[in-house]
Amino acid sequence: MLISEIKALLTKEFILEWRQRYALNGILLYVVGSVFICYLSFNLNPGQIDPVTWNALFWIIMLFSAVNAISKSFMQEQSGRLIYYYTIASPEAIILAKIIYNFLLMLVLAFLGYIIYSLVMDSEVQDHLLFAAVLVLGSLGFSGTLTMVAGIAAKAGNNSALMAILSFPIVLPMLLIVIKVSKNAIDGLDRSVSTNSLLVLVAINAIVITLSYMLFPYLWRT
Amino acid sequence: MKKRWWKILTVFLLLYTTIGGLLFSVPRLPILNETIRNLYFHVPMWFGMTILFTASAVFSVKYLRTSKELDDMIASEFAFSGTLFGILGLLSGMTWARFTWGAWWINDPQLNSAVIGILIYLAYLVLRSSLEDEQQRAKISSIYNIFAFAALIPIIYVLPRMADNSLHPGKGGNPGFNIYDLDNTLRLVFYPAVIGWTLFGVWITSLRVRIKKIQAVKSSSNQ
Repeated sequence: MLISEIKALLTKEFILEWRQRYALNGILLYVVGSVFICYLSFNLNPGQIDPVTWNALFWIIMLFSAVNAISKSFMQEQSGRLIYYYTIASPEAIILAKIIYNFLLMLVLAFLGYIIYSLVMDSEVQDHLLFAAVLVLGSLGFSGTLTMVAGIAAKAGNNSALMAILSFPIVLPMLLIVIKVSKNAIDGLDRSVSTNSLLVLVAINAIVITLSYMLFPYLWRT
Repeated sequence: MKKRWWKILTVFLLLYTTIGGLLFSVPRLPILNETIRNLYFHVPMWFGMTILFTASAVFSVKYLRTSKELDDMIASEFAFSGTLFGILGLLSGMTWARFTWGAWWINDPQLNSAVIGILIYLAYLVLRSSLEDEQQRAKISSIYNIFAFAALIPIIYVLPRMADNSLHPGKGGNPGFNIYDLDNTLRLVFYPAVIGWTLFGVWITSLRVRIKKIQAVKSSSNQ
């Protein structure tokens, strides 16, 4: 029952996104644009930036793109349509569908961002599999945390500054671990060094998604 | 008298902490010297902050279950006094760091986590003030409070322990207080200090809740 509801809602999200392509194109352009701004501000010849800066810059771009992309997820729904969903779908299905959709969106943004970023800034990554794993876990973490916060911010009048204030401190611990592990991937350290951090990352993701699942029904009813 | 005994206990414990903390003999340690007395003021702030934030989260859960406005009011005041304790802990820690480690601010995972924690609760207070409707404010901020508290636990208890570059005792190869100097004289004041300061936080909270209640009655009778 829940799974079929999630499926239907996911299809709806994709169809809506495809119809209003400006939102998707807008966020893709946002990523590309901010990568290019960073490239020009450093005025780089490829390979002259040190790995620490490379890493931090990449994840800051990712963070801001994520906040921008995901804050839209409840803004686009007019209040009339929300009441309609209320009658036909369970809140659990709605939040899970939104998280899954945002996760897929973040995956596209992360990998696209990484390709363009390494194109202009020169990739320094040595352990590509580990870096890909970090991209996936990071996307999951961003979407899990930010979807719920977007829901809260949407109830508080769709203020985009509020979205940033509420989400940054919550997303920070995740971001720090992600940055640490992806630095390990860049340096090509042995994978056993990163296992602990990866486990903590998975645990934080599990906590955040479970909490969203449990708390969203209360938010939904207001 | 029945309800007042813990306030008398608080006053007694804090007087004991201040007088005993400043006058009792303490172990002589290099670098720390007399600043070790800050143990009675800095560390209890963190204990108190954690307990107050936990209480705040508990009352938020209670609000979501019962929808009684009082529970949300109590939760928000616990968050407020917890933030106050956090800021005091940060200030007392910074002063301590200046005279032992040599700088007001160092790149220490525990300091960073403390700032993140305080930012979360300041965001909670901003969220509260941005919502006009009382019921909506109570519900939405309760949800954020629980969500934020769950995020706070890994920040304060997991991340600093994973880091290996902390100057705090017990972390990154530094010996913990227990190993070399939390001897019985220190314990004699330290545990009462923790209890005293925490009760003090609860006291502040209960006073603020009572003020809020009076204000709520006043504003509803005016309308």
